[in-house]
Amino acid sequence: MTNLLRIAGRYVLSALREMGRMFLFLLSALEMIFKPPFKFRQLLKQMRFFGNKSMLVILLTGSFTGMVLALQLYYILRKFGSEALLGPGIALSLIRELGPVLSALMVTGRAGSALTAEIGMMRISEQIDALTAMALNPIRYLIVPNIVAALIVFPLITAVFDVIGIYGGYLVGVKLLGISGGTYFSLMEDYVEMKDVLLGLYKSISFGLIVSWISCYKGFNSGFGAAGVSKATTEAVVLSSILILVWDYSLGSFLI
Amino acid sequence: MIELIGLYKSFKGQNVLKGADLLIPTGRIVTVVGKSGCGKSVLVKHIMGLLRPDAGQVLIDGIDITKLELTELDRIREKLGVLFQGGALFDSMTVEENVAFPLKEKTKLGKAEIRERVMRALEDVGLGDRGSKFPEELSGGMKKRAALARALITEPSLVIFDEPTTGLDPVITSSIHKLIKTTHEKYGFTAVIISHEVPGIFGIVDKVAVLHDGVIAQAGTPDEIRASTNPVVKQFITGSLEGPIDILS
Ligand SMILES: Nc1ncnc2c1ncn2[C@@H]1O[C@H](COP(=O)(O)OP(=O)(O)OP(=O)(O)O)[C@@H](O)[C@H]1O
Ligand SMILES: [Mg+2]
Repeated sequence: MTNLLRIAGRYVLSALREMGRMFLFLLSALEMIFKPPFKFRQLLKQMRFFGNKSMLVILLTGSFTGMVLALQLYYILRKFGSEALLGPGIALSLIRELGPVLSALMVTGRAGSALTAEIGMMRISEQIDALTAMALNPIRYLIVPNIVAALIVFPLITAVFDVIGIYGGYLVGVKLLGISGGTYFSLMEDYVEMKDVLLGLYKSISFGLIVSWISCYKGFNSGFGAAGVSKATTEAVVLSSILILVWDYSLGSFLI
Repeated sequence: MIELIGLYKSFKGQNVLKGADLLIPTGRIVTVVGKSGCGKSVLVKHIMGLLRPDAGQVLIDGIDITKLELTELDRIREKLGVLFQGGALFDSMTVEENVAFPLKEKTKLGKAEIRERVMRALEDVGLGDRGSKFPEELSGGMKKRAALARALITEPSLVIFDEPTTGLDPVITSSIHKLIKTTHEKYGFTAVIISHEVPGIFGIVDKVAVLHDGVIAQAGTPDEIRASTNPVVKQFITGSLEGPIDILS
C-alpha cells in the first residue's frame, strides 16, 4: 500500500515538475518576443515552413470535411424539413469548431512533428550548444520565430480550411443534393455572426501557441540519439493533440 | 588563467568526474587526453558553462563561472571559440553561412569584409571551393575543418577544440595541427585541445593532462608526460594492452 502511494506520489511529482519546466520554457520565450533584436528572416522562414508543410493537407481535409458535413447535416435537417439551413449549418460548424480544431490537428501532424524532429536533431548534434557557446540565446534564435510564426499562420490556415470546407459543402449540398445555391450563401450571411468568427479566431491563435510551444519544448529537451528524437516527436504530437481538444472545450464553454 | 578545482559531475548515478583539477595558463595550449568515454567532453563543457558541476569550481581569470547568471556567463562566452566534437555546424546553412554566422551576429562588420574573412578562413582549412555546400554534403573530415574555421573566425581569446583531427587522414591531421599552431602564434589565444593524437599532438602543446577515472592522473609538459612513471599515463601513451586502464569498461 505505502509502496503504491510512493509510486503514485513520485509520478505526480515528476509530472508537476515537467509542467513547471514547460511553463518556464514558454515564459522565457514569450518574454523574448518583445526584446530586440528581432529575427525577422527566421520568422519569415518559419512562416513559410508552417504554411508550406500544411497547405496541401489542409486543402484536402478541408474540402472533405465540408463535403461530409453537407451529407450528414442534410440527412438531419431533412427530418425537420429545414434543408435550407444547410449553408449556415455547415458554416457555423466549420467556423466555430471544426475549422480551428481539425486544421490545428493536421498542422500538428504535419509541421509540428517536423519541427520537433528538427529541433531535436539540433539538440543531439550539439547545434543548440553551439549557439549557447557563441553567447547567442537559442530561445531567441530557434523558439521565438516558431511561436510567432504559428500565431500568425494558424488563423490563416484555419481561414483557408473554413473557406474550402464551405465550398466542399456547396459542391455536395447544391450540386449533388439539389439545394438552391442562392439560399446556401444568403442564409449563411444571415446566421453567421461576428462573434462566431471571433471565437474561431481565438481558437486558432491559441492552438498556434499550443502547437508551437509543445513542439519546440519537446524538441529542445529531446533525449539522446535517434530514439530520443523519435520519442520527443511522438510525445509532442500526442500532447499537442490532447491540449488542443481540452483547450477547445474550455474555450468553447467560456465563450459560448 | 583557467582553473578547474575539484570538479564532480555525475549523470543519473554515473560518476563521470570525481574531483578533477586542471590549470590552464593564459596563452598556452593544453591538451586533454584519455580513454574514449572517460569524460573529456564533459570536462570541457564545464569551461563553456554548458554544464554545471555537482561540486567544484571553474575559475576563469579568477571568476567562478559556475555561480554566474546567464547574462554574465554570456559576457565570458563572447571571447570563446568552440569546435564541437561532431562539428555542430548548423545544417540549415551553407558552410560559408556557418562560418560567417558568428561574425554576422556578433560584430558590426560589413558584408564585404565578412565575406573576405570567411573566404580566407575557408582557404586556410582547405575548403575554399566548398563554401556553398551544405554540411550534409561534406565528408566527416571536411565538417571538422569547417567547424574549425567557424571556431576561429571571431579571433577568440579562449578556444576549445574537441577532437579537431579525429577521423582525418595523417596529412590533414598534421596540417590542422600546424594551422592551430600558427593561428596561436598570431593571436596568442588560450587553447584546450581534446585529442587522441598521442603523441602527435605533443609537438604543438605546452601541457598535457591525462584524464583517467574522473580525475587528472597527471598533468605536465609533453616531456614530463613521456618520461612519466605513472602506470596509467605510461600505458596510455604507449597504447599498451597491459596496465591499469580497463579496456572493456
Ligand atoms: N548530457 C549527458 N547526459 C548523460 N550522460 C552523459 C552526458 N554527457 C556525457 N555523458 C556520459 O558521460 C561519459 C563521458 O562522456 P564524454 O562525452 O565526456 O566522453 P569523452 O571522454 O569525450 O569520450 P570520446 O573520446 O569518445 O569523445 C559517457 O559515459 C557519457 O555517456
Ligand atoms: Mg568527447
